[in-house]
Amino acid sequence: MSDSTKTATDVADDEIDFQELYDAAPRQKFRFSWTGWIGVIVVTFWFLIAILGPFIAPYGENDLPYPDAYSEFQVPTAKALLGTDVDDRDILSRIIYGAGRTIGISLAATILAYLVGVSLGVTAAVSGRWIDMGLSRVNDAFLSLPTIMLGLVVIAAVGSSLTVLIFTAGLIYATIVFRISRALAMDIMVQDYVEAARARGEGLWWIIRKEIWPNAAMPMISDFGLRLIYVILFVAGLSFLGLGVQPPAADWGNMVRENLGALQHVPYEACPYPKNAAGEDNWLCGIGTKFAVLAPALAISTLTVSINLIVDDLSSYAGGKLTKGM
Amino acid sequence: MSEAAKNPDTDNVILDVRNLRIIARREDGSTLNIVEEIDFTVKRGEVIALIGESGSGKTTISLAALGYAKPGLEFADGEVFLNGRDVLDLDRHGLRNLRGREVAYLAQSAAATFNPSITIGEQVTESAVLHGIKTQEEATKKAIELYHALELPDPEQLGSRYPHQVSGGQLQRLMAAMALCGDPDLLVLDEPTTALDVTTQIEVLKAFKTVIREQGAAAIYVTHDLAVVAQVADHIVVLYDGKIQEAGTTDQIVNSPGHDYTRRLMSAVRPTPSSDLASAKQEETDAGPAMEVKDVTAGYGRNLDGSPKVTVLRDINVKIERGHVVGVIGESGCGKSTLARVMAGLLPASQGDVLLDGESLPKTVRERSRDQLRRVQFIFQMADTALNPRHNIREIVGRPLEFYRGIRGRERTDKVAELLQMVDLEPDMMSRLPSELSGGQKQRVALARALAADAEVLLCDEVTSALDTIVGAAVIKLLRRLRDKLGVSYVFISHDLSTVASFADEVVVLYAGRVVEQGPVKEILSPPYHPYTRLLIASVPELRIGWLEDTMGTREAMAGIAGAVDLNAPGCPFSERCPLAIPGTCDVEVPPNRVDESGEHIIACHIEFSGLEREQTAV
Repeated sequence: MSDSTKTATDVADDEIDFQELYDAAPRQKFRFSWTGWIGVIVVTFWFLIAILGPFIAPYGENDLPYPDAYSEFQVPTAKALLGTDVDDRDILSRIIYGAGRTIGISLAATILAYLVGVSLGVTAAVSGRWIDMGLSRVNDAFLSLPTIMLGLVVIAAVGSSLTVLIFTAGLIYATIVFRISRALAMDIMVQDYVEAARARGEGLWWIIRKEIWPNAAMPMISDFGLRLIYVILFVAGLSFLGLGVQPPAADWGNMVRENLGALQHVPYEACPYPKNAAGEDNWLCGIGTKFAVLAPALAISTLTVSINLIVDDLSSYAGGKLTKGM
Repeated sequence: MSEAAKNPDTDNVILDVRNLRIIARREDGSTLNIVEEIDFTVKRGEVIALIGESGSGKTTISLAALGYAKPGLEFADGEVFLNGRDVLDLDRHGLRNLRGREVAYLAQSAAATFNPSITIGEQVTESAVLHGIKTQEEATKKAIELYHALELPDPEQLGSRYPHQVSGGQLQRLMAAMALCGDPDLLVLDEPTTALDVTTQIEVLKAFKTVIREQGAAAIYVTHDLAVVAQVADHIVVLYDGKIQEAGTTDQIVNSPGHDYTRRLMSAVRPTPSSDLASAKQEETDAGPAMEVKDVTAGYGRNLDGSPKVTVLRDINVKIERGHVVGVIGESGCGKSTLARVMAGLLPASQGDVLLDGESLPKTVRERSRDQLRRVQFIFQMADTALNPRHNIREIVGRPLEFYRGIRGRERTDKVAELLQMVDLEPDMMSRLPSELSGGQKQRVALARALAADAEVLLCDEVTSALDTIVGAAVIKLLRRLRDKLGVSYVFISHDLSTVASFADEVVVLYAGRVVEQGPVKEILSPPYHPYTRLLIASVPELRIGWLEDTMGTREAMAGIAGAVDLNAPGCPFSERCPLAIPGTCDVEVPPNRVDESGEHIIACHIEFSGLEREQTAV
């Protein structure tokens, strides 16, 4: 400001002999724990399979490894590495094709849920009482319906297709995302640094983008993982009920359903070597015929558990904010 | 127990800390000493003070008495004998028996310690009953005894009330009751009065002192405030950077400190407010005040007629002259932060005007122009929360440059470096996040952000309250230097009268949302005072042994210390706590504003200047 006041005052203050003690913790770097690394490896594996599926699958999803024989529930052999399913098809190829569909649909639905949920949730948090009230009550009404029932009703009404599936799952899970993002944004809106931005005269959009978003991002990202798990289970569940991906297209959920029979029915002729050299029952015959059900179930659980392992590390880094926000 | 038997001297020793070293482990596996070579003992009936600034390791040491190390810390060397047993050797079960039974811990914030949905009585007696030390009846009886000793109101019924039904100072004392209910041998008090107003602080201090003496317990008192320690402690241990600098009796340390650091701590002690402290008067300019608050009434909520549901401020008139510091002082809840928020446009006033440079400002931030906003900047109490944890220092300080002045890119970076130097920070801190700075550094960054706007008026809301005395004193020094250099004006809000006294040119004393006294700092600090100002001045702890007893004996303290504040009192809001109150007048009629000959000193009181002066100089 005015230069005239500058004159007499830059006198050195008496020296500060004692430095202010450094009482801040050093910046923490994000690191995966060993369980987190397992999660990363398994998730990367499944995503690669999902993308590369058609190029690496040994057969087409509806091709038969043994085209000339009656061959349901065959045990693994060199020709069909995971055996065959109820309709004589190669299980490995169907798992590989199914990966793309299950993961693709779930991912698209979760992204949709986030787009809708976050934009409405943040809108509710930053706008006045009435908009917040209106959005929240409508959201509560939807939240009160059981998800699978809601899905059943919608699909029963309009029929199943990929688009319908993505939109149904996306919108159903948008309700929960709305809740979480609203709570997170509300929490941040009352912080002093938002008040400081407001006192500076910043616009609402700037505040959302620069003040709220960087602080909400970490918990949101870990919630995205959690939500993805729920959506995978939801889509698999719908397919299991026959409402999701329609046969003959492969999907992990409907693979379990199609092959449920394997759990009870084990045709003797499915096992080419029922006895081993010593004359005992071949253990592979017992479990081998059940791969038709076990393989897709295992695929679903390894994927969801691995995502969870990653989320665990993310949310502990974010300081447990996620659990508070929920 | 066998350890104690070996040494005949330890009969009365409750806690014996020997050569304690606590370390932190870094990510790369190397270790760092947090505290080292710590030796001290606590005897029965004694209070030992651990004193030092934040980061000095005082809390870490006190927690070692409970056998507890904060996450990330480990006990490396040494022994901590409590009643002759090394607590560092105990397993979980042993520790659980120890805590609450032999040693009790009192945290800084009582409000955070009490569960709002459980009655006070249940919470006070819980630990004693849980540990099987007492039956519920015995514990309740003991609790009532303690309520009496702590001079809490209505001891018989207090137990059935809930935490929100008592005041902050009472809650703090209840925490002491909670800790003492199980008859522990050792009490660890961690900054128990730091968050309190001065008037509340005295009553709590006195209660602690009495009760520790009566119960025959020993105590460790952790604080950074030497003046407080002088009132309650028998021995003082001065800490800096995890090492003991000096230890001795309170008398030795206070009256003949041996170590440089102790002397430095003493120089940072808030001096007793007196009129010789007042800074030289700033020259008057003819340009008129930089900012002015005229007849402002404000509050929260809104009735149909536009008046606030809860009125926090009534008829406030304040002038901020160019280059002057206006101190606003009062207890928590008196409306001082609300005043700053009204001035910043964060809370629209329901009546009255805020003028900037003679022009009326629109009431809300949204209606004000960018230039009007630029000229008035707000600095928050907690720099911790006022800086976005995800923005680095460059972004934080650079934003106002860009927003108000359109400075971008390289020029912005240079300017940020210049601003950081102006507040005594290294420019290479620019890429750090706020969490990587210490408390004082964060407050300096907040200050640099306000300066970046090239503001004319800085609204400082309790900017030093969350800082240690030494760090706070350094920040004040910086503010003063900046004022001289840049000619900015400050509105300096604080509950700490001595800080205000040493820094402000004019002082406004707020009570229950009304100005009870205002004027040049010299006038405020010498008689005649408003009775409330007098109480505030008397409540600031002095670095003198015996001060507490002397003060508690005065008329002001007896009448005024434990009083409730009524925002809607019909007459003078202070009448209930006032030693000079005239029944039938003060509690019914609004007091008139009395002005002295110079026209600058205003006291809102039913008693005239001469009457006040006679009363106050007589004692």
